[in-house]
Amino acid sequence: MTKALKLSIKPEQGILEFLRFLLENGKVKGVFTLNKINKNGAVAYSLISNSDELNNAVPFFPIMPANAGKLLSRFTLKGGATEPVAAVVKPCELRAFIELVKREQGKLENILFISLTCGGVYPLSKAVYENVEKYLSEYWDVVKKGEISVDLRSACKGCTEFSPYNADITFDLLGNNDLDKNCIVFLNTKKGEEFAKGMNAKFLEKELDNKKLDKILDKRKIEKKKIFDELETKMNGMDGLIEIFGKCIGCHGCSKVCPICYCKLCGFDSSDFEYRSSNYEAEFRKRGGIRVPPRTLFYHLGRLDHISISCIGCGSCEDICPVDIPISVIFKKIGESVQKMFDYIPGKNIEEDIPLITFKEEEFAEVEQ
Amino acid sequence: MKKNKDFMPKILAFLCNWCSYAGADLAGTSRIKYPPSIMAIRVMCSSRVDPILIIDAYLCGFDGVLVAGCHPGDCHYQKGNYYTRRRFVVLKKIVEGLGLESDRLRLSWVSASEGQKFAKVSTEFTDNIKEIGENPVKSEIFL
Repeated sequence: MTKALKLSIKPEQGILEFLRFLLENGKVKGVFTLNKINKNGAVAYSLISNSDELNNAVPFFPIMPANAGKLLSRFTLKGGATEPVAAVVKPCELRAFIELVKREQGKLENILFISLTCGGVYPLSKAVYENVEKYLSEYWDVVKKGEISVDLRSACKGCTEFSPYNADITFDLLGNNDLDKNCIVFLNTKKGEEFAKGMNAKFLEKELDNKKLDKILDKRKIEKKKIFDELETKMNGMDGLIEIFGKCIGCHGCSKVCPICYCKLCGFDSSDFEYRSSNYEAEFRKRGGIRVPPRTLFYHLGRLDHISISCIGCGSCEDICPVDIPISVIFKKIGESVQKMFDYIPGKNIEEDIPLITFKEEEFAEVEQ
Repeated sequence: MKKNKDFMPKILAFLCNWCSYAGADLAGTSRIKYPPSIMAIRVMCSSRVDPILIIDAYLCGFDGVLVAGCHPGDCHYQKGNYYTRRRFVVLKKIVEGLGLESDRLRLSWVSASEGQKFAKVSTEFTDNIKEIGENPVKSEIFL
């Protein structure tokens, strides 16, 4: 049995109450969470140390302005946090951070991870061109029923890893019928229990309702299959790839926001990647023409090769793509098939090595010819 | 896809310095015949070959890409070829997943004493590629 807390308020307020408790009692020195930056539904991640600032905090806001895993990595890259900090992150963001820690791009020390059973987020464009606030009541209604909102990003609609791994504290939201009045908070680890001690709430012994989550999982699996099948029809060899990636403008935004693409100096951004005029000439003499900018497909396939083993499917890449290439669906689909070969779920277990930096002596003998 | 009898594929071969390159050398000095399709690049270890290089070669229009290294357990750097093997498996999976021709990529273990085997691998691979035909990417403009 896991220890749990029962708060008799909405989870949106419950989390604020909890964070306020942590800050005001000095249990944490800072809180990493989404904050409103104006009234139009624009949000950004920030570190807060003053509990008054929590009035603007919206930890469960259904927008992902950036993958928090990447942001936490920037925060802890040059040495871990020296004072305790609570971070409210989505399950995919937490998995991204774990993958980054495995790559020595961050430290876990002194961070209390608070996560949730995630109902997904809306595309970033909704926060830019519309006000997400007006969708909130609909969003929480869908979360309560454990269904999939049609407006969500495709990465979220087909996400099957919606319960967090490695979270110290989990807010149970998805498929929770009395979400308007109550919220259940699971304290998964000793650390979580320690931090929650003294909180003015009802303490319970409870287990996450797996039956309920399995039902949601089934729905998500069906949706995922639908999304993958749709991609399958478009992806038929080289012609399909050119069709899909042909409209890429080469902004390399997808690699900038990708939490797994952590290299500070990317080969694809370097001047080595740039064609000289002699290269252009050689290419169009050979092919009878050349796309400008060239080598877009090479960039995407190269990135796919580097990322696929750890792609967590957070969907940031697709979110920011100015020309709406379904990058995250492709990466997730290919990534999953690759990860399956090694029984590897990225970000699940911090102890587990990334499959490409380890090996077994007797394996894959069939690949050698 | 064009198929003509005189088609001689262009195959880029990444050969590891310690085994496969020496194997290819041996094939040459022993005057064992193998097709002129192979263009060798010597690398210090097969694990030096970032799969990106293979993708680049494929997109540049090479009909096939061969990566050859020491037999498992014989790596000059103890375990380089084990990593190569995993990377290659991943690359193959990706290429298959995208619906591209994974038969154009090949991984082989050729030791320094296996001149015969190097000739066999190159002949076999060349024949396979002849069977598949020219790399259609060669004439693609919008890559």
